[in-house]
Amino acid sequence: MTRQYPEVQPELPARSRGVIALVEENCTSCMLCARECPDWCIYIDSHKETLPSPEGGRARTRNVLDRFAIDFSLCMYCGICIEVCPFDALFWSPEFAYSEYDIRDLLHEKDRLGGWLESVPPPPAHDEKAEPAKELQVAARPPRPARDAGAPAAAPARERPVREPRAAAVRAIKPPGSLPKRPDPDPDPEGNGSGPRPTRGEPPENVT
Amino acid sequence: MANVTENREQVVGIGAGAKELATEDMVLNIGPQHPSTHGVLRLRLTLDGERISQAEPIVGYMHRGAEKLFEVRDYRQIIVLANRHDWLSAFANELGVVLAVERMLGMEVPIRAVWTRTLLAELNRILNHLMFLGSYPLEVGAITPIFYAFRERETLQAVMEEISGGRMHYMFNRVGGLKEELPQGWLDRVADAVHQVRTRLPNLENLIHGNEIFRARTRGVGILTPEAIMQYGVSGPIARASGVDFDLRRDEPYLAYGELPVKVVTRQEGDCLARFECLLDQVKVSLDLADLCVDRMRGLPQGPVNQRLPKVLKVPEGHTYAWTENPLGINGYYLVSRGEKTPWRLKLRSASYNNIQALKEMLPGQLVADMIAILGSMFFVVGDIDK
Amino acid sequence: MTLDLVLRIALIVGAFLLLPLIVGQTEHKVMAHMQARLGPMYAGRFHGWAQLIADGVKFMQKEDVVPAAADRRVFTLAPAVALVPYLVVLVVIPVGPGLVGRDLDAGLFFVLAVMGVGVLGAVMAGWSSGNKYSVLGGMRAAAQLTSYELPLVLAASSVAMAAGTLSLPGIVSAWQWWWLPWQAIGMVVFFIAGLAELRRPPFDMPIAESELIMGPFTEYTGIRFALFMLSEYAGIVVLSALTTVLFLGGWHGPLLPGVVWTLVKIFILAFIVIWVRVSYPRLREDQLQRLAWAWLVPLALLQLALTGVVKVAFL
Repeated sequence: MTRQYPEVQPELPARSRGVIALVEENCTSCMLCARECPDWCIYIDSHKETLPSPEGGRARTRNVLDRFAIDFSLCMYCGICIEVCPFDALFWSPEFAYSEYDIRDLLHEKDRLGGWLESVPPPPAHDEKAEPAKELQVAARPPRPARDAGAPAAAPARERPVREPRAAAVRAIKPPGSLPKRPDPDPDPEGNGSGPRPTRGEPPENVT
Repeated sequence: MANVTENREQVVGIGAGAKELATEDMVLNIGPQHPSTHGVLRLRLTLDGERISQAEPIVGYMHRGAEKLFEVRDYRQIIVLANRHDWLSAFANELGVVLAVERMLGMEVPIRAVWTRTLLAELNRILNHLMFLGSYPLEVGAITPIFYAFRERETLQAVMEEISGGRMHYMFNRVGGLKEELPQGWLDRVADAVHQVRTRLPNLENLIHGNEIFRARTRGVGILTPEAIMQYGVSGPIARASGVDFDLRRDEPYLAYGELPVKVVTRQEGDCLARFECLLDQVKVSLDLADLCVDRMRGLPQGPVNQRLPKVLKVPEGHTYAWTENPLGINGYYLVSRGEKTPWRLKLRSASYNNIQALKEMLPGQLVADMIAILGSMFFVVGDIDK
Repeated sequence: MTLDLVLRIALIVGAFLLLPLIVGQTEHKVMAHMQARLGPMYAGRFHGWAQLIADGVKFMQKEDVVPAAADRRVFTLAPAVALVPYLVVLVVIPVGPGLVGRDLDAGLFFVLAVMGVGVLGAVMAGWSSGNKYSVLGGMRAAAQLTSYELPLVLAASSVAMAAGTLSLPGIVSAWQWWWLPWQAIGMVVFFIAGLAELRRPPFDMPIAESELIMGPFTEYTGIRFALFMLSEYAGIVVLSALTTVLFLGGWHGPLLPGVVWTLVKIFILAFIVIWVRVSYPRLREDQLQRLAWAWLVPLALLQLALTGVVKVAFL
C-alpha cells in the first residue's frame, strides 16, 4: 500500500484539485472569480488602459491586470472560481507539493500562479453516453470568416511534452458569440484539439 | 484480591475492597483532546473507581456556524460548506442541499445525473463505513484492521477522485445535476474497484469480526433500546442495529433508490457488536447497489448530466425539507427561501448530533474501557455534531 | 578472574542495549509488513535499520518536563525502577553451556523476584504524575501485577520441580526434548502471564492509548519516556529468554552452536509477541482478571500436579 513518496510520485487524475493555475493573458480582470469565491481568497487589482485606435476610430479601453493572487491558506479548493471564469483563465493542476514554513508564503501571486500552468494536464475524454460538448456543436456550424489565431509557437513551453498535442485547445479564449460556457472547461471530448490559442501577451479578443 | 468474583462488573482498581478508606468520585474529562473522540468531543465523566456514575457529552468545540454561513452564500457556495460538516459523507451532504433546491425550483434532473448521483452516494457510503470499520477496532486495541480498511478506501477513493477531483470534499453536485461529465471508461474502473473491495473485504472481516477478544469486548456492551432510539432521534446503522427498521432509501426513496432493491440491514441486539455488524453488512449491500447502478448506467441513453442554470440562481419563495439516508443516519436540510439568491434559513439536521445524545443514557454504569467501546460504536463525526 | 567478570558484565550490558533495539526494529518492520506498510525506510539508508537510534537521539534532545503537580522525586526515579530490574535479570540467564553472568543457586527465585520490581516502575509513574489518566493506568498496572505474578510463579515452579533445581543453567542442563509436551501447559501459562506482566497487547490496558492516552507514561517526555519504551522491549527480551531457558531447553539443539540456538529461540518468541500485538484487540481489565484467576491459575496448578505425578511415577 505504501508508496515511497518523494521517489515514487503519485499518479493523480487530471481533475485532481491540487493548485490553481492562471493564464494571465486570458484574464480580463472581470472579478467574477473573486466575487464568487466562498471565502474571498482571490485578490485582483487592475487599471484601465486606453489604446488609440489604429484607424482613427473610437479609442478602445481595456483592463490591465496588475495583481492576481490566491491565498491558498484560505482556499477551500472548491473550484468555483475556475467554474465561473468566462474566459478560461483559471485551471486546476494536480500539483500539490507547495507547502511552506510560513503561512504568508501560501499567498501565490500571478507569476507563481502562471507557473503552475506547466503542470495542467489535458482534461479526460468524456464517457460515451455524454452529450457532445457545446464547443463541438458550435464548431459543426458553418464557419465564420477565418481568423488565424492559432499560434502554436507559444504552446510548447507550457504543456507536458507527453500530452502535447491534446492540450492545445484547452485554454483557448471562448470565441465571441458562442454559447455560454459550460461548467466544464473541456471543449473537446475526443481529445484531438483544434481550437485556436492565444499567443502570450496578445490582448484578449473579446474585450471592449 | 477480594474483587475477583463471577460478576464481571466488579470494580477493579481504585478503592477495591477498601471500605475503611474514604473514596471520592473523580471527574474525568474525556476530551476535548483525547485519542478516541476523533476530534473535539468532550465527555465529562464522574467516576467511582473505573465505573462511570454520570456522563455528560459537551458539544460545540468545533462549531463553525454552518447554518449562519449558509444564509450568506449562494446555492453553489453552500455546497462547499455543506459537504464539510460530516467530512466522511461529503457527497451525501451535498446531495441534500441540491435535492432541496431542485424541489423548490421544480427542476427535473437528467436521468444520467440521477443514476450517477446514486452510484456516488453508495460509494461514499462504503468509504464512510470502511473508515469506521477500521477505526473502531483501533479503539478496542486492534491496530491492524485500519490499514486493511484504508487499502479498500484508497481503491474507491481513486475512482471518486478521478470523477470529482476531490478525495474528501467532492464538490461534485450542482443544482440540476453534476459538475462534470463522467470520464471515459470511468464506469469500468468503478466496477473494477467495487470488485476488488468485495474480494478483499473478507480479509478485514476475518481479522476482526471473528476475534474472540473483540466479541468479548463488544457483545452485550452498550445496549441501546428501540425506545431510547425513538426518544433521542437516533438514526442510521446505530438505530438499525437495535431493530429499528427504518431506511429512507427504501421507505422514502429519493434519487434512483426506488428502482433498486435496497436491502435494509438490521440487527436486534442493539449492542456494540450489532452496530459493527450492521456497518459491515451495509458495506456489502452498498457494493451490490453500486454494481447495479453501474449496470443500469451502461444501458442509459446518451444525454447530459446537468441542467443549464441562469447566471443568478434564485429559489422561489417557500420552504421544503429534504432528508437523505446519509451513511451515519438521517441528514436533513430545511430550506426556507424568500426568493433571494441565498436561502433565508437553511436548517441542518445532522445525524451524529442526535446519535451521540443517547450517550447520556448509555454510559452511566459502564466501565471506562466499555465507555471507549461504546463511544467508538456510535460512529460519529465531530464536525457533524457541532456543525 | 576480575577480567572474566568485567568481560561478562560488559557482554551483558552490551546485550541489554542491543537486543531490545533489535526487537524494537523487528517490531517496526514485521508489524509494518503485516499491515501492508513498509515501516521505517530512510534512517540509516538500508530499510531504516537505524530508526530506533534516530528515535533515541531525538528523545535525548527533547525537553524533560516534570509536571508541576508531580511528586518530583518518585516521578524521576520511576523510569529507572522500570528498566534496571531487566538488566539485573539478564545477569543470571544462561545463553550457552557455562555462558552465564552469574550462576545463582536460587536463580529462578531471583529472576521472578526481580522481575516483579519492574512493574513497580509503572505504578510509581502512575501515582507520581499528578494526572488522572496516569493514576487509572497505574492502578490497572498494579492490579495486573498482583494477579499475574501467581500463575507466572506457579508455571515456573513446575519446571523447577521437574529439574529438581532452581538454578537456571541447572534447569537447562536437565532439560530433555520430551519436556516440551510435558511442560506445554506450563509454557503457555508462563508466556501469557509474562505478556500480561509486560503490559503488552492484548494485555496493554494500563497503557491503552485509546482509553488512557498512555496510562502511567502520559506525562513523560524525552529520555525518561524513551527509558520506559526501552524497558518494554528489554522486558520482551527477558520474557523470551526466560521462556527459552525454562521451557524450550535453552542452548539444546542440533547442528548449530548453543548460543545461536538460544538466540534463535529468543527471537522466535519475540516474533510471537509482536505477532500477537498485530492481531489482537485489547482485553478489558476485568476480563484480564478473569483470565488470570479462572484459567491461568487453575491451569498452572494442573501443570504442577502433572509434573509431580510424572516425576514421582516415572522418574
